Amino acid sequence: MNGEAWQIVWFTAWVSVLSTLAILPFGLGVAWLLARFSWPGKSLVETLVSLPLVLPPVATGLILLQILGRRGAIGSFLHRQFDLDVVFTWRGVLIALGVMSFPLLARSARMAFENVNPRLEEIARTLGAGNVRVFCTITLPLASRGIIGGMVLAFARALGEFGATIMVAGNIPGKTTTLSLAIFENVQLGQDPQAYRLLAVSVVLAFGAVWYSEWLLRPKKR
Amino acid sequence: MPPVTDARIGSVKLVIQTIVLFVALFAAGLVNAADLLVFAAASLTDSTKEIANDYTKQTGQKILFNFGASSTLARQIEEGAPADIFFSADEAKMDGLEKKGLILAGTRKSRLSNSLVIVVAADSSLQITSATNLTDVGIKRIALADPKSVPAGIYSKTYLEKTHLWTVVEPKVVPTDNVRAALAAVESGNVEAGMVYKTDAAISKHVKVACEISAHDGPKISYPMAVVKDSRQPEAAKALLDHFNSDAAGKIFERYGFIVLK
Repeated sequence: MNGEAWQIVWFTAWVSVLSTLAILPFGLGVAWLLARFSWPGKSLVETLVSLPLVLPPVATGLILLQILGRRGAIGSFLHRQFDLDVVFTWRGVLIALGVMSFPLLARSARMAFENVNPRLEEIARTLGAGNVRVFCTITLPLASRGIIGGMVLAFARALGEFGATIMVAGNIPGKTTTLSLAIFENVQLGQDPQAYRLLAVSVVLAFGAVWYSEWLLRPKKR
Repeated sequence: MPPVTDARIGSVKLVIQTIVLFVALFAAGLVNAADLLVFAAASLTDSTKEIANDYTKQTGQKILFNFGASSTLARQIEEGAPADIFFSADEAKMDGLEKKGLILAGTRKSRLSNSLVIVVAADSSLQITSATNLTDVGIKRIALADPKSVPAGIYSKTYLEKTHLWTVVEPKVVPTDNVRAALAAVESGNVEAGMVYKTDAAISKHVKVACEISAHDGPKISYPMAVVKDSRQPEAAKALLDHFNSDAAGKIFERYGFIVLK
C-alpha cells in the first residue's frame, strides 16, 4: 500500500461515515412518518425515497448535477451567496453518497418502526410519558437493530458508490477520488497491481462492515 | 410438499418462454459479423461519423463506432475488444499496441494533426489572452482530459510544462474521461476554463475560444490510424482506411478544423 492508496481509502471511509451520519436524522424522520401515520402525498414520498435505489446511479447523478451545478437552482445560489461550490468537490461526493444510500437507511428504519408494537407506545403514554420520551425510550430502542442494520447497509452502499459520484464530483486525484473511481481508473490505465490493492481493501472494508452488523444484531445471550 | 399442479407447470413454462424470448431478442440485436467496428478518439466523433455515413451510402458497408479516450480504447483492444480499426489521438497509444503485436503490419498511417485551444463558457466574462491567464486567481478550476493518460490531456500538460505553468495549474485541474467530457464541463459552467482541441471547440455553441495555442508553440499533435491485427475482415478494414485516407475524407476533416497530413 502506498501513500496515494491510503489517502483514497481514508477519504472513502470518512466520507461514507459522514454521509451515513448526515442522512441519519432525515432517514429516521421520514421512516417514522411513513411507518406511523398516513397523510396526503404519502405514496409520492414513499416512491421518491426509493427512487435512487432503482434509477440508474448515473441518472441520479445527472439530476444532482443539474440541481447543484453552477447553473442549477441550488448550485447557483450557493455559488453567488457563499462562493461555495458543490460540483467537483468533496461536498459533491458527500451529497452523492448520501442520496444514493438514503433509501437503504429509510427503508430499513421504516420496517424497524413498523415492527415496534404501537401498544407498547400507548402503554408508555398512559403512564405519563410525552411523545418525545416515548420515541426515545420505547420506539427507538426497540427499533435500534433495524436502524443499525440500515446504517451499515447505507455505509456499505456509500463505500461502493460510483455512478452518481463520478457525475457530481468527477474523479479529481486527492480531492474526490473514491475507492470505486480509483479502481476503475487504475484498470483503465493498465495499473492492475494498484487496482488489486484497492480491491483487497474494498473487500476487507465491506466484509468488516457486514460482519460488524451481524455481530451487533446477533441474539443476546441471557 | 404441495402437489405439482397444471397451473404451476404453466407458470414455469411461461418463465422459460420469457427467458428464451429475451435471449433471442438479445442475439438478434448483436453486432452483425459483416459490420466494421472502428475505435476512434473522442475528438474524431463528428468528422469520422460524417465520413462513414458517406462511405456507407457509396458501398453499403455498415460501420459502427466506439468513441472514447484513445487510452481507454487502446486498453480495450489489449483486452481483446473486437475492433477492426484503431484511430488514435496520439502516437504513443498506437506505439503501445504495435509493440504488443496488435496492429496489422503496414497499415499504420499518421493522418491528422490538430491544435489546442483554451475555451470558456460562451457567456463567460473572463479575460484570457494566453495560457498564463490560467494561473489567475479568478480561474479556480480547469477541465482537462486526464493528463495521466488521455492524449488531449497529455498534450495540454506537455504545453503547460514547457511554459512553466503546470505547477500552478495542476491543483486546479479537473481531469475528465476524454476531451469531449472536458468540453462538456466548460459548457456546463462548472469549471471556468478548459483546454481542448480546436476541432472540439468548433462544434460547440456553448463555449468560445479564449485563446489558441499555435501549432508552432504547442506540442506536435498527430492522429495515427491502423487496422487491428485480430480484425476478422482485414480487407474491408483496409478499404475503409483507404477511404479515410482519400481526398474526399480529407476535405471533411479539414472542414471540421483538422490539419490533414500528406
